[in-house]
Amino acid sequence: MTAAPGYAPRRTLPLRVEIVRQFKRRRTLAMFGLLLALPWVLVIAFQFGPQPSGQAASSLRISDLATASGLNFAAFALSVSASFLLVVAVALFCGDTVASEANWSSLRYLLAAPIPRDRLLRQKLIVALGYSAAAVICLPLMALLAGTVAFGWNDIQVPGTGELIPAFDILPRFGIVIGYALVSQLVVAALAFLVSTMTDSPLGAVGGAVGLWIVSTILQAVEALGTLREFLPTFWNNAWLDALSPELDWSGMVKGASVSVTYAVILMAVAFRRFRVKDVVS
Amino acid sequence: MKRVAALVVALALIGVTAWLVWPSAADVRGQDQRISVVDGPSDDQRVDLDTTFFPPPGGGKAPAVLIAHGFGGSKQSVRDQAIRVAQAGYAVLTWSARGFGRSTGQIALNSPDYEVKDVKQLIDWLAKRPEVRLDAAGDPRVGIAGGSYGGAIALMTAAYDHRIDAIVPQITWSDLADALFPNAAVEGPPVQGATGQNAAGQAAEGGVFKRMWAGIFFGQGVSLDNLATSLGGGREQAAAPLTAEQARCGRFLPEICEVYQQVAQTGRATPEAVALLRESSPITVAGRIKAPTLLLQGQRDSLFPLAQADANARAIAAAGTPVSLAWFDGGHDGGDGEIDWLHEQSTAWFDRYLKGDGPAGAAPPVSAFTVTRDGGRDPGTRQRIRLHPEAASYPGLLGTDTTTVRLSGPQQNIANPPGGAPASISAVPGIGGLLGGANNPGVSIDMPGQSAAFESPPLSAPLQLTGTATARIKVSGEGEATLFAKLYDVADSAQPPILPAGLVAPIRVTIPEDTGSVEATITLPAVDHDFAAGHRIRLVVTTTDMGYATPAAPAAYQVSLAAPTLAVPTVRTLAAAPAGVAWWVWAMPLAAVVIAAGILATGRTGSRRRRVPVTAGSPGVNGQAHDGPATAPEQGEPDRDLPLEISGLTKAYRNGELAVDGLSFRVERGQVLGLLGPNGAGKTTTMRMMMGLIRPDAGEIRIFGERVTPGAPVLSRLGSFVEGPGFLPHLSGRDNIELYWAATGRPAADARFDEALEIANLGKALERAVRTYSQGMRQRLAIAQAMLGLPDLLVLDEPTNGLDPPQIREMREVLQRYARDGRTVIVSSHMLAEVEQTCSHVVVMQRGRLVSTGPVSSLLGSARSGPGAANGHGPRLEDVFLDLIGDKS
Repeated sequence: MTAAPGYAPRRTLPLRVEIVRQFKRRRTLAMFGLLLALPWVLVIAFQFGPQPSGQAASSLRISDLATASGLNFAAFALSVSASFLLVVAVALFCGDTVASEANWSSLRYLLAAPIPRDRLLRQKLIVALGYSAAAVICLPLMALLAGTVAFGWNDIQVPGTGELIPAFDILPRFGIVIGYALVSQLVVAALAFLVSTMTDSPLGAVGGAVGLWIVSTILQAVEALGTLREFLPTFWNNAWLDALSPELDWSGMVKGASVSVTYAVILMAVAFRRFRVKDVVS
Repeated sequence: MKRVAALVVALALIGVTAWLVWPSAADVRGQDQRISVVDGPSDDQRVDLDTTFFPPPGGGKAPAVLIAHGFGGSKQSVRDQAIRVAQAGYAVLTWSARGFGRSTGQIALNSPDYEVKDVKQLIDWLAKRPEVRLDAAGDPRVGIAGGSYGGAIALMTAAYDHRIDAIVPQITWSDLADALFPNAAVEGPPVQGATGQNAAGQAAEGGVFKRMWAGIFFGQGVSLDNLATSLGGGREQAAAPLTAEQARCGRFLPEICEVYQQVAQTGRATPEAVALLRESSPITVAGRIKAPTLLLQGQRDSLFPLAQADANARAIAAAGTPVSLAWFDGGHDGGDGEIDWLHEQSTAWFDRYLKGDGPAGAAPPVSAFTVTRDGGRDPGTRQRIRLHPEAASYPGLLGTDTTTVRLSGPQQNIANPPGGAPASISAVPGIGGLLGGANNPGVSIDMPGQSAAFESPPLSAPLQLTGTATARIKVSGEGEATLFAKLYDVADSAQPPILPAGLVAPIRVTIPEDTGSVEATITLPAVDHDFAAGHRIRLVVTTTDMGYATPAAPAAYQVSLAAPTLAVPTVRTLAAAPAGVAWWVWAMPLAAVVIAAGILATGRTGSRRRRVPVTAGSPGVNGQAHDGPATAPEQGEPDRDLPLEISGLTKAYRNGELAVDGLSFRVERGQVLGLLGPNGAGKTTTMRMMMGLIRPDAGEIRIFGERVTPGAPVLSRLGSFVEGPGFLPHLSGRDNIELYWAATGRPAADARFDEALEIANLGKALERAVRTYSQGMRQRLAIAQAMLGLPDLLVLDEPTNGLDPPQIREMREVLQRYARDGRTVIVSSHMLAEVEQTCSHVVVMQRGRLVSTGPVSSLLGSARSGPGAANGHGPRLEDVFLDLIGDKS
């Protein structure tokens, strides 16, 4: 009898258990509350702000078109939040997950239960990615709802050229936008997760990931780097805008997804490797 | 951390070294040289040309490239460009054309009798240089590049000298007469094929004088180089005081000077002037050009607009010579200039036709037609980026397709103000680029009362105009009308309309007296512009434009549309360069997966074990070897009934100091073992190793015969409480306990929640969030968690910390009862009395080493004979302990 009766490594830390453990946290609830409330805050802000004179938008920036329809509003909400808010949300869910267990000292009891280290990381990563995905998805969906309630279900007006595209034609495109937003956040998730396995300060993990993200954003503003910038993880962050142009252009999104997946895979592998041999002293 | 720091330093060193060692561009040294040439209609005028020769930096024989400067410049203005071309592996010769810089002679406007003969002799000179590759004796492999004035000499020379193998003229003219006296109107019924050049039969004599540009072109005070940023001009050296003749004619040939003075005064092209200008125009000799030609023309150029390059391209292509044409973002009116892109294009052209790169029958290295378009903003820098869509054939200014846009508007009265002032403003020669900024699409001002406007309804779809739009208007009035047509992009009333590239089309029509009106087809300026959906296209006809000579006499006209349509050319074939998916898009994630697999695979075996010399023989330091201590692991069958066996266990801190040093002991079933030692003795580290949290550097721990590794299944038989409780603060005590058990994946029935929670004795507090608990409550809950499932081996670190005396007493009974059923308990403590009362056996540690081990009774018994017994009291564990660790005072 090498193990206690009923013990099987494959049954340790079921996803259901990890989801429940994370869900009741104030941090989780606050982040989802913020993401779900933001569209309504934006709607109110647009209602109170001065109305653009005349119905023709003067210059066709995405923010000017936000009130044109629910879909336009959702695209606007995504564009203002994708660059930072969603990054923080994803970094929070993925960066907090292991580091906070270390901080609470509960990590050692989970490992001594024993939950094999690889399995612990795997289950935690799946759940963290699930929460991240939920965050990335819930914002545009709520924005779509809020925008439709506030501005109606009209055809979408394309930023830049001002073309109209029927609303139901653009809906699958919207799915592409959300899908790409998910993939492009993968690198943030992996980065935060890696930092999470290295520290026992949850905020350090989140801050570290967001900090590196900011450094990458600054670097990509250095035009002297030329095409090297294409390999920065943040460079293709706004490529989803191509999905809303009249002619769907995949090239930017494909490159962005490639860069994101590449970084994510390697960072995650490093996270697993490090954690496997790490001395847990917290 | 040290390793990370070392890694960072190493990477920085590698970076700096690579930076220093990286091969820099080859050093190019110019050789200044004065070359004497003889020219003139009768080859009798001697001129000294100031030249600089840049030998190919790689040595050996290389093709040569002549680089000509723009009007007002000198060889110095093209120095940077020359060095760049030389670095690409060419011998480069730059020179100041006659009448410019330090060369002698007078400006003859690229005349075949003067400048062309000069350049032919420069080629003769090149043919004698040892660094220059020859096609035949006296025939070097040579190309010519140059902008504006220098572009024209490239074209002119290529027509007269067939030794030239390739040319790249930029922003230059085709017909100087037409460029300075344009007329975009063709009177009479609709015509097909109007292209913005003065239409066939329409002499430049009738054209509208491009007053300001001509003034700058022929003037002395202003050098075009200072204006046209795209030519990369350098500063001119201060000139000597001018003589009267110089002040009047500068360094122009007197006959050219005379003609200009006459023309500029009247604003009318005389036949002599036209003849003189045509003499210097490539269009007259373009059919003789055999050298493959790459024409780079600026989209922002009111001096030599795109139509000039169009005329050159068609004339040269008609002779069967390969021609490519690019409309870039630049020109005499500013724009970006795209210096790097132009260099790439011209280098590709020369590489193909001078170096012979690529198979002979291959497609030209530069697509037949390329247009620079706005590509939005760079995602990183938010700077404008430029796209270069290409077409495999040049469609001409009428495009591949025509979109007809409806225009509407009533007949409107417009007046020419007396003296022609105030004048409408479009592109202002020389400072157009400064006014609008490089990226401003062009704002123009129309004076009230001088303009008639005709507008389209809002566009339902975006419209990309590429080429020359045409419309038909009707002008009523008297005599000769000088008018200017512009095509605006109107977004809405809030924004000023945009005049693409700031270009206008001057029109001069003669109104017959009998009808009092004339209809004309007007050809609007050639541009590439994207009209967004929802925008309107507005055709405006004005009577004045600041850049042109307009009549001084007041006049009034009525302008209306002769046909309510505007023909907009579009180029369907012009698509962004076939990007394809870059190879790294697929390769990178795949490589990442492989690397990740490598990282994980090597991580599996690569436990970073540091060999630490194991100090054997820890037991019996004090000669108190008791039953049980195993001095070496039994290599035979592991004992599956032995709850814990530790042998040779060693663990070093990061700084190398040993936390646990060769520790060996064993614990039998039913024992309550006290792990005793002062702070820092290594008790907790040992317990962490028992839990598989820390890897030992040497030695091993076996629990029920199984070696402990991180996550070893046998750990499921171990219940542990080490270094304080670990709970999720936001969950209640019960949730914590239940979720913890759920996390082990074992059946809920095995947990024995009731027994465990009875020990915790938390009552109703069990339903509160753990963050509200006192230390003692957490402690009890943690011990209850350790006892979940009643593990065979229970390891508790300082379990009585924070408990009150009744609870301590209770805990003692719980532990003893727990061990009585054949289970084993290990308790670490520094409270000696506690251990004495609770434990049956004891292991004493100090500084990571085993000091003593054995039953508590035996330990006390051996002390009875020691010095502790002398004072008449019974032996206390405290005394024994202090004695053992050698700290007795």
